[in-house]
Amino acid sequence: MLTDQAGQGVHHDTPGPGQSAQNPLRTGGDLLQLVSPEGERISHPEFDVWVKDVGDEQLCSLYEDMTVIRRIDAEATALQRQGELALWPPLLGQEASQIGSSRSLRDDDFVFPSYRESGVAYVRGAHLSEIARVWRGNASYGWDPQRINLATPQIIIGSQSLHATGYAMGVQLDGANTAVLAYFGDGATSEGDVNEAMVFAASYQAPVVFFCQNNHWAISEPVRIQSHVQLADRPTGFGIPSMRVDGNDVLAVMAATRVALDRARSGGGPTFIEAVTYRMGPHTTADDPTRYRDPIELEDWAAKDPILRLRKLLEAKGLLTEDVEARVKAKADAVAAELRSSCIGMADPQPLDVFNHVYSTPNPWIERQKDHYSRYLNSFNEPVEEGAL
Amino acid sequence: MSKLTFARAINAGLRKSLENDPKVILMGEDIGSLGGVFRVTDGLQKDFGKHRVIDSPLAESGIIGTAVGLAYRGYRPVCEIQFDGFIYPAFDQIVSQVAKMHYRTQGRVKMPITIRVPFGGGIGSPEHHSESPEAYFTHTSGLRVVAVSNPQDAYTMIQQAIASDDPVLYFEPKRRYHDKGDVDETIDLSTALPLDKAAVVSSGSDVTLVAYGPLVKTAKDAAMAAADDGLSVEVIDLRSLAPVDYPVVEASVRKTGRLVITHEAGQSGGLGAEIAASITERCFHYLESAPVRITGFDVPYPYSKLEMHHLPDLDRILDGVDRALGRPNSLSGLEG
Repeated sequence: MLTDQAGQGVHHDTPGPGQSAQNPLRTGGDLLQLVSPEGERISHPEFDVWVKDVGDEQLCSLYEDMTVIRRIDAEATALQRQGELALWPPLLGQEASQIGSSRSLRDDDFVFPSYRESGVAYVRGAHLSEIARVWRGNASYGWDPQRINLATPQIIIGSQSLHATGYAMGVQLDGANTAVLAYFGDGATSEGDVNEAMVFAASYQAPVVFFCQNNHWAISEPVRIQSHVQLADRPTGFGIPSMRVDGNDVLAVMAATRVALDRARSGGGPTFIEAVTYRMGPHTTADDPTRYRDPIELEDWAAKDPILRLRKLLEAKGLLTEDVEARVKAKADAVAAELRSSCIGMADPQPLDVFNHVYSTPNPWIERQKDHYSRYLNSFNEPVEEGAL
Repeated sequence: MSKLTFARAINAGLRKSLENDPKVILMGEDIGSLGGVFRVTDGLQKDFGKHRVIDSPLAESGIIGTAVGLAYRGYRPVCEIQFDGFIYPAFDQIVSQVAKMHYRTQGRVKMPITIRVPFGGGIGSPEHHSESPEAYFTHTSGLRVVAVSNPQDAYTMIQQAIASDDPVLYFEPKRRYHDKGDVDETIDLSTALPLDKAAVVSSGSDVTLVAYGPLVKTAKDAAMAAADDGLSVEVIDLRSLAPVDYPVVEASVRKTGRLVITHEAGQSGGLGAEIAASITERCFHYLESAPVRITGFDVPYPYSKLEMHHLPDLDRILDGVDRALGRPNSLSGLEG
């Protein structure tokens, strides 16, 4: 069902309890890091086992995916500036969080994203035109959710956390071995729905992972307006264990997500992951972060760039060969070109499409309005007789 | 044919749906061992288990939001909102998610969710327990909204609502829960009157009186009282509030030339306004007088010692009939 676009054979299965002596869950606390900002591999006695299958090839493939989604982001931003997209929510800086988490999923897991998870959509197998068309204004949804087990993007902040929890309750009722993952940001943790989702998830021990990308900014509001404690400390009050992970460290994100997914699948209940990262761009292309953000803060985070970090690790391991560089560049170029051509070549929807799919069964109110509007549109094709006015 | 109270009829309908479709699950506050505060779900958790009849945390947005996820997974959740005035915390999930998911995904994701809401006043409750919030939902595309007025419809329509692939707001007139009526439990759902059809519950030729939910009984009583006065009132039970079955109302107004609409909800922006406007558009040349609305006032639902003034009763409805007919009435002599 899903395609591994990198094609590099990263294992989607977590190592599982058999390979790990214990599930190294901890609550809040220290930031989990497996690669330092300088690109040094930091060994960790409990988490290393969860990424021990990630060898040289897989590291290169993660690097490729992160580079490709950064390129998608840049191309989409350019397309918006050129008037081809109505809006775009950049993910710049969050590549490790999105790739590390989504590459940990199994095909049969189900994901409920917000609007910023274009990198996740890419990994799940959404077509580039499906990612673009929502932001071009050609459709309200991109991909068929059932085809790639990825719900349609959610604009209302935090709503999808409840949908994920409900879906996970359904998984439980089915007795299935499937995990559900909900993406949301730091701002969403203030919403009632996210808090209600944690109540429901804890009450029923639903197999759901709450993956919070703390990118530090909810449009112009800093995370400190959302919370006086670390976000990872919040879920403990609901009885949900949490992990705080360096969101710019793709290996750490992968390890933590695999732990949480394994916990969900094996009946351990919900987990909350706070991936500490940074939104280096604006909230959307309609936003101007220079009005509210200190440029020094941006510089500090640029030094912790997730792609740069993985690059340093690859260099240290001697993996960043010309071949690899060329292959990654070629892939990013091809993806960007396809995004651009599929966006520009996209057919406009038809006027009467506005009436379609409101209900799954006919509704006479809408049928009547559709009929009247159709007659109105057709009237432009009919000659108006002299004196008819 | 059995004689059932309104509440038992819904209970029997829920039971039938639970039996017929393993994907049907009930969710709500206190619906399990208590059987709901009105006992509508009485005995269902005992017979179908805690996994099918789920006592939920006290979080209305959570109830509806998790139902969205369950529907994504292929379930048909039936959510109980305990009282009309408690639906507002779930408003966002209902109008932004439940209503729009099918349109948003161009039919890829269906939301076969039924939301049961005990609504309306007349039982002496405190604040937030007697509201008529239906217009908020009839205004929202993507939702079907129905209000039941008798035990047979309650039994039939709850099953039709659950079987519908579209989300349905199912309004139950709580002051009628203990009214008894004949219920044919062997009714064939495929040949029963469809969910979106109105019913002419008493025919007449002088004026059309449109009602739904708790006021259908009051409207029928008013028609009988009017008959004593020599007036022939045709009473229509809308049953479906979104969509309204306009052909049935139209046919009646073309016959009578006069229209009175009554509901407990406040007047401004209410369903009566919508029906008056739509019927005026459709039947302008048949109308002998302007449509008349007899509704609750545009006030927060009042404390219980005053609710009898707020709720349309038989006499206020008859006064409205007199207005429609140009007979002497409380507003006689008033311009505009």
